[in-house]
Amino acid sequence: MTDARTHGSTAVTTTGGTATAPALLEIEGLTSSYGPVRALDGVSLSAEAGRITAVLGANGAGKTTLLRTVSGLVRCSAGRVTLGGEDITSAPVEAMVGKGMAHVPEGRGVIAELTVDENLRVGSLFRGKVGREEFDRVYDLFPRIAERRDQPAHVLSGGERQMLVIGRALIAKPRILLLDEPSLGLAPRIVAQIFGLLRHLVDTEGLSVLLVEQNARSALSVADVGVVLNLGRVVVTDSARTLMGDEDLRHAYLGF
Amino acid sequence: MSDLQSPTTDTATAPGKATSSPPTEATAGGDQPTATRRRSLLPSSTLLRHLLLLALGAVATVVILEITDPFTNSQLATLSYYAIAAGGLTVLTGMNGQISLGHGALMAVGAYTTALFLSAEEPPPLPLILLAAIVVATAVGALVGVAAARLHGPYLAGATLALAVGLPGLAIYFHDWLGGEQGMRVRAPRAPEAFDSFISTVSGNSATNTKWLAYVGAICLLITYFLLANLVRSRVGRTWRAVRDQEVAAELAGINLGAWRVLAFTVSAAAAGLAGGVLALVVRLAAPSGFTLVLSLSLLTAIVIGGLGSLLGALLGSALLVFLPPFVTDLGAGWGLDNTEAAQLAPFVYGVVLIVAMIFAPAGFIGTLRMRWLTSRAKRSAARSSGG
Repeated sequence: MTDARTHGSTAVTTTGGTATAPALLEIEGLTSSYGPVRALDGVSLSAEAGRITAVLGANGAGKTTLLRTVSGLVRCSAGRVTLGGEDITSAPVEAMVGKGMAHVPEGRGVIAELTVDENLRVGSLFRGKVGREEFDRVYDLFPRIAERRDQPAHVLSGGERQMLVIGRALIAKPRILLLDEPSLGLAPRIVAQIFGLLRHLVDTEGLSVLLVEQNARSALSVADVGVVLNLGRVVVTDSARTLMGDEDLRHAYLGF
Repeated sequence: MSDLQSPTTDTATAPGKATSSPPTEATAGGDQPTATRRRSLLPSSTLLRHLLLLALGAVATVVILEITDPFTNSQLATLSYYAIAAGGLTVLTGMNGQISLGHGALMAVGAYTTALFLSAEEPPPLPLILLAAIVVATAVGALVGVAAARLHGPYLAGATLALAVGLPGLAIYFHDWLGGEQGMRVRAPRAPEAFDSFISTVSGNSATNTKWLAYVGAICLLITYFLLANLVRSRVGRTWRAVRDQEVAAELAGINLGAWRVLAFTVSAAAAGLAGGVLALVVRLAAPSGFTLVLSLSLLTAIVIGGLGSLLGALLGSALLVFLPPFVTDLGAGWGLDNTEAAQLAPFVYGVVLIVAMIFAPAGFIGTLRMRWLTSRAKRSAARSSGG
């Protein structure tokens, strides 16, 4: 549990975090299906500004579908998604990033044949001309990819790819970052690094994160709020610390 | 939080790793003041480098066209229109991942446009005619592109195949206007006097019309490749490759997939239109038989054998297309085959070359060379960092 220390100081502030003001990202009654299979069944949750909201659950719980539906890659059959009060339920996928939502898909969508630097430039494309210092800021966050900036992305390791795609999302200066299983297939030390960095960005720069994770233990250690999904429905929403302490819940849904 | 980041900072400053690789040509220079640059032969700015290559290409063109005989001149003119179309196609297929079996039809659009303008009583100046060929083909390409952007792989191949098969039929349908099966004769415009004096100063050769058309083709080729090379290295090229490799990531980065696919198809159609225009001038005929499916397939084999996505590869593939058959036919005749047999040898050898190339250079000539180069560079840098 090397990553637990990132948690201690911040979780205190969020215990009992029931907000009255509308959250940055509000998801209400979201329902979507793949053909006859209903993947999301009336999911409602909110991700508040300046917080890390972790969505947890087993395989097939609908975590990835939730993110894909929020960013428009999957169209919902019912429900509503608002970002900062604006209804984005039926906005086209490519417009999302312009509205301040950056989605890092599962499986590290690096563009293999482009160099690291070019990958970052793709992330900044919609903003037009982006100053060198913004790229340098990302490279400062991820020194590992900075030294490989001129190499094609396919030579990167799994951890470096994850850093690159997060960096590519950050270049877009999002208000909220949607992260899909960033820990997938990575060494615990790298996961701790990445989660530590996310916490740092949330604390210092007011970034908001909606994090989907199967690795519930790591995710709860860094998150403020946890939402547990099971078979397309929200089972429980509570502060990360409370979820961490609820042994029955952990055994039933989170597998640890 | 600093304790969490310290391990990464350590590796970043580890000796021998920080400068482990020279920048590739893919990034515009000047951005990396810290990187050691060993490719000092060419300027670091992409535009300057391409301008230099353009100038070298122009000199090479003059030298080659002046030291070769008229027959080779006309072969080179043929090469120029194949290479222009293949260059456009390699941008579409190699850079954006869309396949087109219909580029022959787009060339037909350019060729017929050129033929129509040249059949006027007072034809407009040649550059304007070729520009018109580009514009019309671009318009058709944009239309096809809008449909193509919704299709993938085999479906796209099928749709563009329909274009290749169907479009030349229009010439037969509108036979009064487009000359039907016989096609339209093209009166190639005379060379300007400046060209005569240019040739006599440079080499003292006679400035024939064949030579003039070879120059027109070469100029079009150089300009096309210069523009395409810059486009490929720009944000446009980057976006195309992003769309090709990772649709979802590209979309999430705010890229409108459809719009960029249509743009790729349009650019590629523009090149095909110009190629068609040059073809009409060189062949002096625009007829449906010149734009069969074989033409579209030849273009596709040219870019595959040369190396998808590489302009140099497209040029090499086109050269193979133009020079291999006569070479093999001559060889066959030299071995005592009669004319028919010798002529039949060419497609056979071309097929064998294709198969051999796909076995030994599966990424095409240029693609395989580039891979070799990258591997050896990686080995060198690995050796350096372990040694130092």
